[in-house]
Amino acid sequence: MIKITAREQPNELLHKVEELSGQNLFTCYQCGTCSAGCPFAGEMDLLPEQIIRHLTMGINDVLTSKSIWICASCYLCAERCPRDINMAKVMEALRQVQLRRNIDHVQIAHLPPEVLGAVPPMALVANFRKNTG
Amino acid sequence: MTTPQPDLITMQFMGKNYQVPSGLTIMAAIEYAGYKLVRGSGCRAGFCGACPTIYHKGESHKLYTALACQTLVEDQMCLVQVPFVPVARKRYVMDALQPTPNIILQYYPEIAGCVACNTCTRACPQGIQVMDYIQAALRGDIQRTAELSFDCISCGICSSRCPSDIKHYPVGQLARRIYGKYILPRSQHLADRVSELAAGAYQDEMTTLMHLSLEDLKVRYEQRVFEPVVGQNDEHNAVRQWGSPVDPVDFQDDPQAILSTGA
Amino acid sequence: MHIDYYPGCTIKTSARQYETSALAVLHALDVQSREMEQWNCCGVVHSLATDNLIRHVAPIRVLTRLQQQGGTELVTLCDMCYNTLAQANLLVQRQPDKGEAINGFIADDQTYGGQVDVLHLLQILRDRIGFQAIKRRVICPLKGLTVFPYYGCKLLRPRAVGIDDAETPSILRDLMQALGATVVDDPIQTCCCGSYHVVNRDAIVAGQVTKIAARAQLQGADIIVLSCPLCHFNLDTHQPRPTDGGQRLPVLYYTQLIGLAFGLPWETLGLDAHHIDPFPLLQHQHSVPLEGERV
Repeated sequence: MIKITAREQPNELLHKVEELSGQNLFTCYQCGTCSAGCPFAGEMDLLPEQIIRHLTMGINDVLTSKSIWICASCYLCAERCPRDINMAKVMEALRQVQLRRNIDHVQIAHLPPEVLGAVPPMALVANFRKNTG
Repeated sequence: MTTPQPDLITMQFMGKNYQVPSGLTIMAAIEYAGYKLVRGSGCRAGFCGACPTIYHKGESHKLYTALACQTLVEDQMCLVQVPFVPVARKRYVMDALQPTPNIILQYYPEIAGCVACNTCTRACPQGIQVMDYIQAALRGDIQRTAELSFDCISCGICSSRCPSDIKHYPVGQLARRIYGKYILPRSQHLADRVSELAAGAYQDEMTTLMHLSLEDLKVRYEQRVFEPVVGQNDEHNAVRQWGSPVDPVDFQDDPQAILSTGA
Repeated sequence: MHIDYYPGCTIKTSARQYETSALAVLHALDVQSREMEQWNCCGVVHSLATDNLIRHVAPIRVLTRLQQQGGTELVTLCDMCYNTLAQANLLVQRQPDKGEAINGFIADDQTYGGQVDVLHLLQILRDRIGFQAIKRRVICPLKGLTVFPYYGCKLLRPRAVGIDDAETPSILRDLMQALGATVVDDPIQTCCCGSYHVVNRDAIVAGQVTKIAARAQLQGADIIVLSCPLCHFNLDTHQPRPTDGGQRLPVLYYTQLIGLAFGLPWETLGLDAHHIDPFPLLQHQHSVPLEGERV
């Protein structure tokens, strides 16, 4: 059961995410179109529109979700949202909040040499841009 | 009559102001100020990379990097030395490496984090296009990495400033090693010559020379034969100038002396 | 016609066959192409945060260098390069204050404002040369080949830079039909393949690639055609062998198929650089040697 109370303190995470993403999360009406189209929603713990809801309600499990790292920035959600919310930017903002706390999601030094030797350079460049600070 | 003294300028080092003559290198100025350099000093000729220095000038916000032995001290310089930039170097065995396109990425994957900001190139005291050689390494162009990084002296200034924590000089070093070992074409006439020598082509002559007296050896040296050179009338032709002040072997190694004789 | 093109890092490593086939096709179409000088990695992905300006330095530097070399238009082969360069370009056009900060960082006298146009090779083929002109050059139509065009995400989204409709694109279908192939579609053709997750979460890529290949086969395809080197790597190396003993689907670049239809020598098209061997499927193409004849 999640307890929700009226807040007196400002929701700092929400403000930071809105600032970094440039999106107004309160316009979301929870239609679920983003999650329906997301190719990787099946791997996620929190669905995209759940992330928005938890942010606006101040429920503190968004930053520790797997979802923000499973997102591949394919822009499908952003292109389909009927409220013109760019969900891809919201996901990026959440990743950046974590990364700017000096918590890299991928430890470059621990990647196996077989992988480094085989994957195309563009995969490494993109992966590091999304997963490291 | 007193010789004119150079102007004194202000240098701030380790938080203290010193008056030093202008015209000195940073390294000489630090020593003028009374310090004995036991770290951060090496060849004093801009080749060993031991003396990286970070400084700013007066009120300007810009931060500069340079080699202390190659840079003149300026008024209002506020500087600190970095005797050692800790870069993590990877262990590898050259014989076990294959020159695949991803080989440098395999050992230094952080080069994929390069944002092309050019901070490294701007920091380099050798004028090397550091960012471009890292980019070449990223796309597997080992030859270009080796060529562009050739003048690197491994001072580490670039790595100390890089926002992506890239280790530029070990990357260049690995590229040059791979290039030299696997990519550079082999010289067949050199290999043939080496085989000749190994088979004893000059063994008899060497033995004779080893048994000569010092006087006989000197005579032999004076009477040595030069190979015929194309362009006999070239003023720098060794045969023509043998024994003269322009002789590249015999004359004292002083360019000023050569020029002043007007030979 | 002359184009300046931007290869991108992967074109020079694991996607060399894309470049060799593209250059061969452009040559056959009388297009002069010049690789731009002193290019750097574009950064691959566009930074979506509002303030991470340093991440735009790499693509803007590419465009600025092209401008300094006298170029006004840059053609890319890689979808992700196209997307990142185009989005960075749009950013400096629409948000000049950010453009100014990026310019100031790159060089004191830099004033790049988005003057270079960024194009994908498919746009050149469709809009400058035209698929009708391409059809007229076909001497070995791809008869008997059922092709599944796979678009992935970066060629089409976001719409501001997409080169075709993001939900029902037709550019690859039109091109393949001009080459004489049969084309089958499926909605999964615009779904992301998993992209850079191949580095540390390749189970996601394997799962997605399995779905894509399965739907393609369900629609009757014998070959997948695409334009992105990362999609190609994922589909070529992570396709599972079908449980019913069937074949995996070979994955080719559209330029390789154009080359085959033009009757270009197979050696110039990099057909032997794939994990999943396409030769058995392409044997009926005149320019392709039969099994056992390939040296």
